[in-house]
Amino acid sequence: MLGLNKKDFGLLTIVIILTVFAPFLLNPFPEGSALAQFNAGYPDLMQRLVIFGIFAIGFNILFGLTGYLSFGHAAFLGAGSYAGIWMIKLLTLNIVPAIVASIIVAGLFSLLVGWISLRRSGIYFSILTLAFAQMSYSLAYSVLTPITGGETGLQPKVSDPRIFDAALAEGTTPRANLFGMFMNDSYELSVAGWVFTFNVGYYIAAIFMVIAFYISIRIFRSPFGLMLRAVKSNQQRLNYTGVQSKPYTLAAFVISGMYAGLAGGLLVAMDTQAGAERMFWTASGEVVLMTILGGAGTLIGPVLGAGFIKYFENIVSKINESILQAWFSFMPEAIQDLFVAIFYPFIGKGGHLTLGIIFMLVVIFLPGGLMEGGQRIANLFKKKTKSDTGSGNASPAAAE
Amino acid sequence: MSILEVRGVNKSFGGLQALNDVNLSVEEGTVHAIIGPNGAGKSTLLNCFIGKLVPDTGTVNFNGHSLLGIKPHEINQLGVSRVFQTPEIFADLTVFENVIIACFAKRDGSFALNAMASIASQNDMKEKAEQMLIDVNMIDKRDEIASSMSRGDKRRLEMAMCLAQDPKLLLLDEPTAGMARADTNNTIDLLREIQQASGITMAIIEHDMHVVFSLAEKISVLAQGTVIVEDAPENIKGNPKVQEAYLGGAH
Amino acid sequence: MDAIILQILNGLDKGSAYALIALGLTLIFGTLGVVNFAHGALFMIGAFCAVTISRLLTLSHTVLDETKTDFLGNPLKVDVPYIYDIFGESAGNAIIDWSVPISILFAIPIMILIGVIMERGLIRHFYKRPHADQILVTFGLAIVLQEIIKYFYGANPIPTPAPEAFKGSFDFGAMLGMEGAGIIYPYWRLVYFAFSAVIIGAVFAFLQFTTFGMVVRAGMSDRETVGLLGINIDKRFTIMFGLAAAVAGLAGVMYTPINSPNYHMGMDFLVLSFVVVVVGGMGSLSGAVLAGFLLGILESFASMTVVLEALPGINQIIIYLVAIIVLLTRPRGLMGKAGVMEE
Repeated sequence: MLGLNKKDFGLLTIVIILTVFAPFLLNPFPEGSALAQFNAGYPDLMQRLVIFGIFAIGFNILFGLTGYLSFGHAAFLGAGSYAGIWMIKLLTLNIVPAIVASIIVAGLFSLLVGWISLRRSGIYFSILTLAFAQMSYSLAYSVLTPITGGETGLQPKVSDPRIFDAALAEGTTPRANLFGMFMNDSYELSVAGWVFTFNVGYYIAAIFMVIAFYISIRIFRSPFGLMLRAVKSNQQRLNYTGVQSKPYTLAAFVISGMYAGLAGGLLVAMDTQAGAERMFWTASGEVVLMTILGGAGTLIGPVLGAGFIKYFENIVSKINESILQAWFSFMPEAIQDLFVAIFYPFIGKGGHLTLGIIFMLVVIFLPGGLMEGGQRIANLFKKKTKSDTGSGNASPAAAE
Repeated sequence: MSILEVRGVNKSFGGLQALNDVNLSVEEGTVHAIIGPNGAGKSTLLNCFIGKLVPDTGTVNFNGHSLLGIKPHEINQLGVSRVFQTPEIFADLTVFENVIIACFAKRDGSFALNAMASIASQNDMKEKAEQMLIDVNMIDKRDEIASSMSRGDKRRLEMAMCLAQDPKLLLLDEPTAGMARADTNNTIDLLREIQQASGITMAIIEHDMHVVFSLAEKISVLAQGTVIVEDAPENIKGNPKVQEAYLGGAH
Repeated sequence: MDAIILQILNGLDKGSAYALIALGLTLIFGTLGVVNFAHGALFMIGAFCAVTISRLLTLSHTVLDETKTDFLGNPLKVDVPYIYDIFGESAGNAIIDWSVPISILFAIPIMILIGVIMERGLIRHFYKRPHADQILVTFGLAIVLQEIIKYFYGANPIPTPAPEAFKGSFDFGAMLGMEGAGIIYPYWRLVYFAFSAVIIGAVFAFLQFTTFGMVVRAGMSDRETVGLLGINIDKRFTIMFGLAAAVAGLAGVMYTPINSPNYHMGMDFLVLSFVVVVVGGMGSLSGAVLAGFLLGILESFASMTVVLEALPGINQIIIYLVAIIVLLTRPRGLMGKAGVMEE
């Protein structure tokens, strides 16, 4: 169905179900309960989960398939953000032009960067992309301030031209919309102790993610995707088989750049602001983490990785010392203090420490990411049922 | 008519003259063997045919096109395929994927952005790849990861990839090295069948004289970077120059 | 002329830091074949060694000073560093004043220890893995190390002054017979440059004149052969890693008075140092040093007002720009050998 085989269609269906019911799934704990702080079902975080999912899906098309490790993809996300915010400022608060422009601008920018960077491979490629991203970041902060807003970034103002929109009254906040549906509008559903939030922006971003995911499946299963995997496997043989590798890697680079641009455009659509920090190289590093953590070269891994990291960043970093104390309050005081002291460095502001440790453990022991972990566990259970792995044309294990 | 025409090719690495005024001509539709003692420059010569090396001087013409100064993928698109001494395959893809890549390369050329087409729906390509695997007797290994196979299987896989492209000229660098006797004989039969069925021109480097004399219609003997004899197989065995090259000239 | 000299001088201190970090990166890459993204973190840890030592030296206890009274007439409480009790007040003061140079003594063993633990515990298992995996795991390690430092020392920069004797600036022009030319240069930066020159010289001498160094150099040019000779490469790898860690750490210790250390300084320098290594030529020690100084000086020239008026923002991107041009026109870098990770 939809040009997918049964297995892939099943995967797509699961992703659709998960995104549709995310407001329920991410809010499993009743409001006001001790575990309510683990609820992730609020609009801001849910939007980020799917938007960074798109970013990671795109990055995986480049890194997962071709093995080219870019350390500069945040530059494309940033470029998309700036393109988006300018459309919102100049044309209309309707997000359609913003999204379209963000994809196009990021695509062109990645075409330029990719065309130059892909003249080298291996670590040189990584450093070239890093250099381009850092250059973009520095320029966005300094010389390009008229376009980027420098340190303060860009936000829509009441006084913006917005040639397609009617003028806003003084004192109102410009809100992004899609044909009259406002991104930050939400419908809240209260059931017993639970509160579920259904946010317009989240569902729009989620639709984009499902489409992005679908396209990525198609690419993975296409001759084009196979050629990309061949680039990773043996570029020499590919050339002696009559195939030029650079157009393939460049196409993959631009596609992943456009995904990044889409993510940037959606970020702008949700929070109507753009700043240079989105281009900083740590932001590029983050998408690398997401992809590896979930499982580079697998279809759904990057989405899981993005979800895991964003959830972790937002939820675990909110746990503070007093919450820890409350958790361990059933213990004698001395032991309670000890436990708090042990766990405290890893939560709250120390969340990044935990992330770093998890990431290292994954690279060391699970090069295939969480997906490989899941597969290993699954294999343990069906050990007895014949050792036939039946990789078929999926072979997610080929993620190296 | 000669399909591959090599004239006055020289190649040196540093002070070492690897190829010294090599002249060679491969007739269309024949099997041409290039033999010679170790270090005679046989592999270097093949590398000059596929764009891996560029000769210092001389010309290499294939079907009227010069092969010098064009990229490896362009040479392949002209119809030259090569089986390497150590198999060059896509080690972490499946056997079937290895072969179908070659089929796509033949059909789509050096680049095609068919990112939305599903491999599963390309029935003609699938059939062709599977037929190739049947031909080399590997269809039962269709879904195995290529790196997990024996060296002999890898070599047969590489041969299937090359044949899937219907090349005009197939270059074979020791195609039976590391194979058991039975496999070697199978390979000889396979190459002979293909040659008779489709008339592909083959240039073959081989140490195994059994293979050479079973297949070759013409033999060039390379010694110290130059062709010393080019003749029919029956005239090679007794040639004193050849005996000297193998026995005396090796030092 | 004077402006040029001033810019060269200004570029020297940053260039020295680049050169020292790039030297360590190259040593590790050349001998172990590992791309170490955690090398910047070693630089940062070195800087925090200095912070720690100076904090330890000023560790105080409270005593009642009978000679002074507060406004109620009670004896005043004052903090007295323990070091006064041991060495007396004036010697103690001197020691505290010289805390940064003194840190060197402690930083060397600490950094070597950290380096050895890193190599034995982690890096060793990645020799045979692809470069991408090496980058990823050391990148993860860098995050972990900097988060640990952040946990203990906070996110704000910690000022760590140079000894009183080296504070302030002097007229460098006067030394060249150009008095009043305005070539004013801080003492400590000159100290940093001299210190770097000594370290670089020591590393090169070590590699040039010791048997150990000869084996290492041979290993850099042809690892397989050295392995075949039956020389215990493993142990040497560990020592090399420790050495590279010490070089990075010392660069960090001495850099503290120039820039107050913060937890992310390592990453900031690492990105640039990698660019430096690439420009110098992957695997070339002299290339790394040369490119370090060259790019430091170039960056300083790009910050001149004249240049900035003509090309706004050029100071921010000059290093990256040079790297891109070098990589595209001469992939092996300024002094790299042909074939080392080229293409």
